[in-house]
Amino acid sequence: MKSKKLALPYILWMLVFVLVPLGMVVAFAIRDDGGRFTFEFISKAWGYRDVFLHSLWVALLSTTICLLLAYPLSYIISRAKARTQRTVIMLVMVPMWMNFLLRIYAWVVLLSKNGPLDSILGLFGVHVPLIGNTGAVVLGMVYEFLPFMILPLYTVMGKIDKSLIEAAQDLGSNGLKVFSKVVLPLSVPGIVSGVTMVFVPTASTFLVSQYLGGTDDIMIGDVIEKVFQTDRHTGSALSLCLMVIILLFIIVMNRFGDEEAVGV
Amino acid sequence: MKKMKLGSKLYVLLIMMFLYAPIAVLIAYSFNDGKTTVWKGFTFDWYIELFKDSSIMTSLYNTLTVALLAALVSTLLGTLAAIGMYNFRGAPRKIFQTVSNIPIINPEIVTGVSLMLFFTFLGRMFNFEMGFLTVLLAHIGFCTPYVILSVAPKIRQMDHNIYEAALDLGCNQIEAFFKVVFFELLPGILSGFLISFTYSLDDFVITYFTRGSKFQTLPIEIYTMIRKRISPKINALSTILFLVVFAVLIITNIRDYKAEKKLQSSK
Repeated sequence: MKSKKLALPYILWMLVFVLVPLGMVVAFAIRDDGGRFTFEFISKAWGYRDVFLHSLWVALLSTTICLLLAYPLSYIISRAKARTQRTVIMLVMVPMWMNFLLRIYAWVVLLSKNGPLDSILGLFGVHVPLIGNTGAVVLGMVYEFLPFMILPLYTVMGKIDKSLIEAAQDLGSNGLKVFSKVVLPLSVPGIVSGVTMVFVPTASTFLVSQYLGGTDDIMIGDVIEKVFQTDRHTGSALSLCLMVIILLFIIVMNRFGDEEAVGV
Repeated sequence: MKKMKLGSKLYVLLIMMFLYAPIAVLIAYSFNDGKTTVWKGFTFDWYIELFKDSSIMTSLYNTLTVALLAALVSTLLGTLAAIGMYNFRGAPRKIFQTVSNIPIINPEIVTGVSLMLFFTFLGRMFNFEMGFLTVLLAHIGFCTPYVILSVAPKIRQMDHNIYEAALDLGCNQIEAFFKVVFFELLPGILSGFLISFTYSLDDFVITYFTRGSKFQTLPIEIYTMIRKRISPKINALSTILFLVVFAVLIITNIRDYKAEKKLQSSK
């Protein structure tokens, strides 16, 4: 129990299977086949900046929609009877356990031409392409990751002391004031972890845009996969850039969360 | 706790519809007697074909084997690591935690390609191809951090005097661990095992990059089926998987609920 040695197998493991592989990504990104240092691949990766921007844009949209949908839901659940809370949270979690390809495939079926939604809209004389655009990609992402927003928000809101809310009401705050002065500040940690848990996978996911998006909707994950098949150096450079962007995002989010916590 | 207002109820209902409508449609089409999205009548044929498909059955077997082995190894590795880590202080501990969290924080695709680079390099050196073993190693890699995360709090919470007491009463270190400490950590170890098992079952991205050209798991099989386009066999498969997950969650929930009620009434 007192022995540090027990951690040794895993330390070796991390060295071999985490740090060395990541080191190889960095090495492939900045060195050519002869082992010389070069910026060639990083600058090739820069050529994909539009794809990066598009991925971040899709991630931003999806995260915002998830937050707007999940926030009221989490609040409602956190104030319901214990038994209702348990049931609703379980229902939120069930789809998470289904393979993500199947969940995306479900939307491919739903949105497809002459599919269920298209037929229903057709009855009303509405004929719009439901699939093959950015909207469909965002919809798929929201569907995929909504539970990741609901769960941390619910956890934090469930812990808010009800007497704080009552105290605010007793002291003359109306509903809006109670929300902005009590509930919102106390739920910031949940918002921070929810936003991180939705934004990171959305920005880096691959396949979703291939199934639901149009030709301009290709995202950075798809590019990495495709480029890797022919050019490991540029693929590594792209991965390195993605890693740095995600890392920066997480650092910013954590700082934001800490400051708010101190402010309360 | 008050009753929900009508508006709130409606809102919860709408979100639930959003979450379940696609799954319901997927299930409905698994009984459709036709290959398109047009309803042609009821059939069980897709289920029969699914069980006749030997490649799907092989994939199922592979998936379960990898998940079981990955969960076992990462539970062992992670539990030992969590105990060892508890004795670290200051900077070494911080570094350990940061590196251990890399597979959780890093985008899956980056973990996937980094392992692919590494395994192809090793493969050239020692002359082997990616397949079962590389997938298993990759899965152990992304599961172990979750085991550490679920065991570490239990070590912090437990009363460390009982370990000392066991030693004083004549146990050697190993006996003291298995007779006393192990049971204190057991809930964390079990949930670590379950998380690992389910994550491994469900993983597509990292398997995709580390499986080589021949080794198939169920998520990979689903990917190829969707690629080849619309055979309602996928729907039949989804329906079965969904029902299994649903049943497991309901059973564990009812069990928890009963245990809680018992606890309340005994107070």
